[in-house]
Amino acid sequence: MKHLRLTAGALLVSTALSSVANAATELAMWYHGAGNEVESAIVNQIIEDFNASQSDYTIALESFPQGAYNDAVQAAALAGNLPDIIDVDGPVMPGWAWAGYIAPLPIDEAEFADFLPGTKGIWNGTMYSIGLWDAAVALYARQSTLTELGLRTPTLDNPWTKDEFMAALDAAKASGKYEYALDLGTAWTGEWFPYAFSPFLQSFGGDMIDRSSYTTAEGALNGDAALAFGQWWQNLFTGGYAQATQDGADRDTGFNTGKYAFSWNGNWAAIGTLENVDDVVFLPAPDLGNGSVIGAASWQFGVTTASKHPEGAAAFIKFATQDKYLAAFSDGIGLIPSTATAAAMTKNYSSGGALEVFYGLSEGQALVRPVTPGYAVVAKVFEKALADIANGADVADTLDAAVDEIDADIAKNGGYGN
Amino acid sequence: MATKTSLTQSNISGWGFALPAFALMVTFIILPFFFALWFSLTNQRLISPNPAKFIGLTNYTELLSVGTILLEPERDAQGDIVRTDDGDIKYPRLRNFTRKNPDYPAIQGMQEWFSWQTGPNNEFKRVILAKDVVFMRALKNTFVFVLVVAPLQAGLALGLALLINQKLRGINIYRAIYFMPVVVSIVVVAFLWRLIYDGNNGLLNNLLGAMSFGWFEPVDWLGQTSTAMGSIIAMSIWQAVGFHMVIWLSGLQTISPTLYEAADLEGASKWQTFRYVTWPGLRNTAVLVLIVITMQAFGLFAQVDVMTNGGPLDSTQTIVFQAIERGYGKQDISGGSAISVLLFLIVLSISLLQRYLTRERHS
Repeated sequence: MKHLRLTAGALLVSTALSSVANAATELAMWYHGAGNEVESAIVNQIIEDFNASQSDYTIALESFPQGAYNDAVQAAALAGNLPDIIDVDGPVMPGWAWAGYIAPLPIDEAEFADFLPGTKGIWNGTMYSIGLWDAAVALYARQSTLTELGLRTPTLDNPWTKDEFMAALDAAKASGKYEYALDLGTAWTGEWFPYAFSPFLQSFGGDMIDRSSYTTAEGALNGDAALAFGQWWQNLFTGGYAQATQDGADRDTGFNTGKYAFSWNGNWAAIGTLENVDDVVFLPAPDLGNGSVIGAASWQFGVTTASKHPEGAAAFIKFATQDKYLAAFSDGIGLIPSTATAAAMTKNYSSGGALEVFYGLSEGQALVRPVTPGYAVVAKVFEKALADIANGADVADTLDAAVDEIDADIAKNGGYGN
Repeated sequence: MATKTSLTQSNISGWGFALPAFALMVTFIILPFFFALWFSLTNQRLISPNPAKFIGLTNYTELLSVGTILLEPERDAQGDIVRTDDGDIKYPRLRNFTRKNPDYPAIQGMQEWFSWQTGPNNEFKRVILAKDVVFMRALKNTFVFVLVVAPLQAGLALGLALLINQKLRGINIYRAIYFMPVVVSIVVVAFLWRLIYDGNNGLLNNLLGAMSFGWFEPVDWLGQTSTAMGSIIAMSIWQAVGFHMVIWLSGLQTISPTLYEAADLEGASKWQTFRYVTWPGLRNTAVLVLIVITMQAFGLFAQVDVMTNGGPLDSTQTIVFQAIERGYGKQDISGGSAISVLLFLIVLSISLLQRYLTRERHS
């Protein structure tokens, strides 16, 4: 015991000494990207640049594997050990803001006026986080497929209507050249379901929750628009257009090897597809009646409530959101940069770049997932409802049950502060 | 009793040796259990700024409430029963009664669990409703799993143990082979079996196709309600059978060879030897194996998590999967805790029942 106290004392003295020797205040930062070398290199570069650019603060980075990151933050919050700066996934942000993990961002919102809407973490009118990139989903197709089947190439201004989309699927199915007409990516269970499929529901005119109040899903998730969406969704599977259970390997390579005519996939898969499929085109989401919609919001930076130097943390976040770093992330890991000026600096998203279309999609069609602390439950309930409907469950009953579960959860949580 | 020394007079070093394990068990098993008991009576959340409140047994009633309703067939203007195109009797939709209908306060928010035809000419439909249908299905699935796995796995393990309890050259190789799946992480095993069960070109479909010369139609084993649970059962039995085989084997080797020699001299047949020498000698082992399998089977989780996520249509939901799905996935620690406490009570009562049924009868 005495030995232990001695060691602890020595440790204390040595830390005190080191902080005396170093005049700058150290700010701790946590990041979810451990294990990704390119990503880590960019983050480290930004931190190095920031530390060198001024003498008040030094950032100390700690990286976590993505799978363990949220748990680590939650555990740290419970133990009162949160660092100064954390990054947070867009849909999770309201939950962390509500729970008091992250504080309103001490930076004027006007600074980010030209950022893509999906990159701004705004809950209850307050900005909590800002992202260096966004992600977007498109309908992958081959130009040769479109030509062969005699299909019009849809554009951002003039996307396919529901009838055109279904006609395209029918044509692909009738051609007999594909195992399935459409690859929806049902192999990716989890957040992919609400992220990728709730936009279809929104395009029908429904939603996962009533966004005017955020206190009920009644009418949004089981109204007429939602029922129509449910029937349509079920028909994709019972009609033989897509698979309700999909092999993970088919998801990864199925489109590239010609198993599917169309694939509903994100910009992160685009580079790989470009290498394998020469004539791939990235089509905008079909307009199922209420406009074309895709999901938005990725990882964003925020300042925790535990930080004793929020102004230092804010200085770093402002520093990191410079165009050159947005472009660096985009070139490094293929993400959509948050601003048009940064996009112009990248190799893929600049004018004429291979993925330029995705920037337009993000800018024109993106709708963030419901901005409420209750999203964690909404997402789970929605995923199960869609999986059940795909497997043949009664549409109206399933959506009713989903609404009941979401509403009960909101009531249990006192409205989640909305 | 000569063993009076055991607890009261045990020596310091004995306690010292036990202490680390004891402390760990208290910290990580006993204490969390009492936490769960307490959480299940509150509305504790994983992430929330709201303080947890004591809410009594609400979590339990939410899980376990059931109701019933008798549906009358829909009739047209002439009073004839309306039928669907398939000739089935048409009933009013349940949601008319269970959602926002003040005339039926007892069944608000409930869903259909199961139903059957009843009344004159089987015109009526009796529907059993549950507040938490998913949990009810999880309960049923778990019991089915235990009822199938416990006897099959124990029997198969005994069979294997008898086979390898021989003095043959290289028998250890067989022992190692049968035991191997036990050593591999269940998550890895489940991943591999997902590939085996794959609906398009999985190993099982290819094997059956080749054996039947292409006559066999590929089956999406994990994607159909009729085969998903069976697939998980088969895979689970295979995975853990080696462990119980080893326990049976240790039981077999405690049986004195002289008993077999005596049986041999008396001219006992193989079956008689097993029935009157081997089986009575395995009595305690049998009790142990049965209880261990039952407890393990009730904990079914990893296979479901990796292979099916509870689907399709809840056909592979289990108690533990639901506890975790709620506690962490839906951040409802109190709901997850309530499920854990119910599971504890179920396993406890079944173990006590097994102990009672297999007790030593002194006649």
